[in-house]
Amino acid sequence: MKIAVCIKRVPDMDLRFAIGAGGKALDPAGLKYDIADFDGYAVEVGLRLVEQQGPGEVVVVSVGPTAVQETLRKALGMGADRAIQLSAEDVPFDGMAIARALAAELKDGGYDLVLFGRMATDSANQTVGPMTAHLMGVPCVSAVSKLDIAGGGGTAERQLEGASEKVEFPLPAVVTIDEGVARPRLPSLKGIMAAKKKPLEVKPAQLGEARLTVQSIALPPDRPPGRIVGEGADAVPELVRLLQTEAKVL
Amino acid sequence: MANAFAFAESRGGELRKVAFESVSAARQAADATGGGEVHALLVGAPGIGGKAAALGRAGADVVVVVEHAGLERYSPEVYAATAAERIRAGGYRVAFFTASAEGRDLAPRVAAALDVSMASDLTAFAIEGDALVGQHPTHIGKIITTVRLAGTPAVVTLRPGAVTVVEAARTPRVEQAAPALDPAAARVVVTAIGAKGDAQLDLADAPVVVAGGRGLREAANFALVEALAAAFGNAAVGATRAVTDDGWRDPSTQIGQTGRTVSPALYVAVGISGAVQHLAGMRTSKTIVAINKDKDAPIFKVADYGIVGDLFEVVPRLTEEVRKARASQ
Amino acid sequence: MANSFAGVDFYDADGLLSEEERAVRDTVRAWVDEHLMPVIGDAYIKGEFPRQLIPGMAELGVLGANLPEEYGCAGLNNVAYGLIMQELERGDSGIRSFASVQGALVMYPIYTFGTEEQKKYWLPRLATGKDIGCFGLTEPDYGSNPGGMITTARETKDGWLLNGAKMWITNGSQATVSIIWAKTGAIDDTRSIRGFIVPSTTKGYTAKDQKGKLSLRASDTSEIVLQDCLVPKDAILPKSGGIKSPLMCLTQARYGIAWGGIGAAMACFDEALSYSKNRVMFGKPIGQTQLQQSRLAEMLTEITKAQLLTLQLGRLKDKGTMTPDQVSLAKRNNINMACEAAREARRLLGANGILVEYHSMRHMANLESVYTYEGTHDMHTLILGQAVTGLSAF
Repeated sequence: MKIAVCIKRVPDMDLRFAIGAGGKALDPAGLKYDIADFDGYAVEVGLRLVEQQGPGEVVVVSVGPTAVQETLRKALGMGADRAIQLSAEDVPFDGMAIARALAAELKDGGYDLVLFGRMATDSANQTVGPMTAHLMGVPCVSAVSKLDIAGGGGTAERQLEGASEKVEFPLPAVVTIDEGVARPRLPSLKGIMAAKKKPLEVKPAQLGEARLTVQSIALPPDRPPGRIVGEGADAVPELVRLLQTEAKVL
Repeated sequence: MANAFAFAESRGGELRKVAFESVSAARQAADATGGGEVHALLVGAPGIGGKAAALGRAGADVVVVVEHAGLERYSPEVYAATAAERIRAGGYRVAFFTASAEGRDLAPRVAAALDVSMASDLTAFAIEGDALVGQHPTHIGKIITTVRLAGTPAVVTLRPGAVTVVEAARTPRVEQAAPALDPAAARVVVTAIGAKGDAQLDLADAPVVVAGGRGLREAANFALVEALAAAFGNAAVGATRAVTDDGWRDPSTQIGQTGRTVSPALYVAVGISGAVQHLAGMRTSKTIVAINKDKDAPIFKVADYGIVGDLFEVVPRLTEEVRKARASQ
Repeated sequence: MANSFAGVDFYDADGLLSEEERAVRDTVRAWVDEHLMPVIGDAYIKGEFPRQLIPGMAELGVLGANLPEEYGCAGLNNVAYGLIMQELERGDSGIRSFASVQGALVMYPIYTFGTEEQKKYWLPRLATGKDIGCFGLTEPDYGSNPGGMITTARETKDGWLLNGAKMWITNGSQATVSIIWAKTGAIDDTRSIRGFIVPSTTKGYTAKDQKGKLSLRASDTSEIVLQDCLVPKDAILPKSGGIKSPLMCLTQARYGIAWGGIGAAMACFDEALSYSKNRVMFGKPIGQTQLQQSRLAEMLTEITKAQLLTLQLGRLKDKGTMTPDQVSLAKRNNINMACEAAREARRLLGANGILVEYHSMRHMANLESVYTYEGTHDMHTLILGQAVTGLSAF
């Protein structure tokens, strides 16, 4: 099986964010980066499929500047076989631009499966996977919470509001991975050492025009400070009274 | 004076609430740009056309109905091709979808088919000249990004619940159209849709969410949370990643960074410490109540009201008081 | 992951690390968060080493991590090795002790003093955790003076006959193989000290846990008794000879322990800092009081100094110029400062600081052992004194 996994380097979401000087990007001071959560799941899914149904290879791809090589190497450390950096000084916010670059790279690669995380935790647009699939002309199933691949096709489950959906599809296909499919393994120490020796190709990203751009970013308004109503069950009547009269939600 | 397009989402032969939101957004956009028409697209099994008229309530002037026996369930390629074809033909200024599970799958396919970019999960928008500007929560809700979308049509998904449906009594013209792709030719096939559990309110729709965390100590104790939810009458039950990872609750009820994001009128956090990853999924709730025995728990920093105490005493009492309060209304 | 540890880095020590070194540190840090932290409080209270973690540690590659790939090891440089020890000790000194013994005190002597057959047989097994090892040097009456040991190895026609007793042996009771140091010559002849590979199933070898520890509770500490314990001729580590051999192993272990001290201090500082911001007394967080800020400033300063000192030590080791005296300075400094950091953190935490759900007191208790083993603080003082004056005050 030949599997491509598209990953994005994002800031660690645990950190406190500040707005940078131009008002359009985060203040870089103190930021740490890693593979976006869902993309990590996607890498794990790719690795497991090759382990269980091998032989095959897992190729990780990322759009961005030199810094993304560290992220690609983390995926190589997890066990991916080779990496491709589609080089772009800035990572566009526009999923369509990313999709163009990815599709151009992947469409003639002979991949059975192209995996994405459901969405990047920073930009949270959730568009690149289905857009890339369309440009590649292959079927796409997005946000799967269960995935089985066998005999040239796949079945997946997707979570809807209050229901779940079962889907069948042929390969080759694009699949984006949601919670519930797999937790990513940690790169082993041998894996980290081996990653240095695995091929990492750098090519220019063919992005085209980005028509969705960031005009500005801001911190959400602070919630007004709340208060402890009291201790123990005795505080309940007062809480209920406040919910009725003050918050007016009851 | 351009027309606006809205995709009206349905499931199982019924319109979903978000259908009215996208139509209403289209109505607002059309009115803001000189008062063009709102054209809604409604796709489904034969009979779905009977629901078309209802969309007039949100301001639809025209409803294009695409009915086919093979469309009992969502069919991504057929829906995408059909929507793209209608949008291309209609020369719309904007095309609204909602960022529901279906919409987040459908809209990017449509945008790609139209060779345009799209803006996702907007909580507010405005048309500014030949651009659409919108607010989009990013970075697990820690940042609000103002995005600018150039190009026509401006394809947008709206965050469910972000648009207040404005009543606009219209009687829409209903037109029939064929799907742009034969459903039998679709490569991706939805074979079944199964409702989860009993007819419980989904987290996305519920005005009240009661969520439980590690403080409940074991899976069986979620019965306390369920009882409280039942007392409210209109509440859904959520969970933290810690307890879904441990298998106490279905992963689809996980609220947090990699789970669901909810924004109910009332969020009650029971035995939840308030880790950043959880807050990411509920911090925009209108009113937050926290019950925790540790008064230094981070959840109290975001809660509007907190009770410090043993949840095994507090929650049953709260359940009782909520029941009484609702009974007397 | 909730509650993931972010480390302490006031002077951008991270910027002095290579990408691999950071990646190694990050992976072990994440492993500790995911696997060790959830079980360590319980293991400590019960006085049990969490053995179920051994396969995971082995798979991650932390055992003998700085030994070559050809023997099944990760082949990391010494800075990366140090960072592993730092991160394991951030979790618990007992877990780091396990890794130190396995890597520096069992795998290292086999690698350094063993035959190619011994290396090819034992190193992969120890790297994968298939075999657990221990280092038998210390005796009931010979701790700081290991050269005084009275364990003997007599050559017979059937092999080496070992007699004696070892004490304070980490991993002892669960080890499947021991590196036993014994005198092959006269009882006062330290040059006759040789190393022997002794499988624990060997007749005449018994290991028994020492009970009643108030420190390093999540670690196996044992006595070993050798009573006419006969091992084959090829059990000897042929290149070993004299007290220098076990001391070389100790230098390896001490190097890792110096890094470990930083980890423990970071854990305590991080906990104290977080607590000081959340704990409110007299209407303000205790982190806003001068006395607590003084504690935090002190801890931060000591951690920062230790980070830069120990990083340079690692670079020297990788360059091949590191001396045992240099290791003494780092071990002595880092463990001492970690002891103080743990104690001050414990005090900052107030009453909560005596509970196992907070980590500082567990670190505080553990670090007393680390202060004492691998060369007591005082012994390293004298090593440094002799190093600079040329005069022995032992």
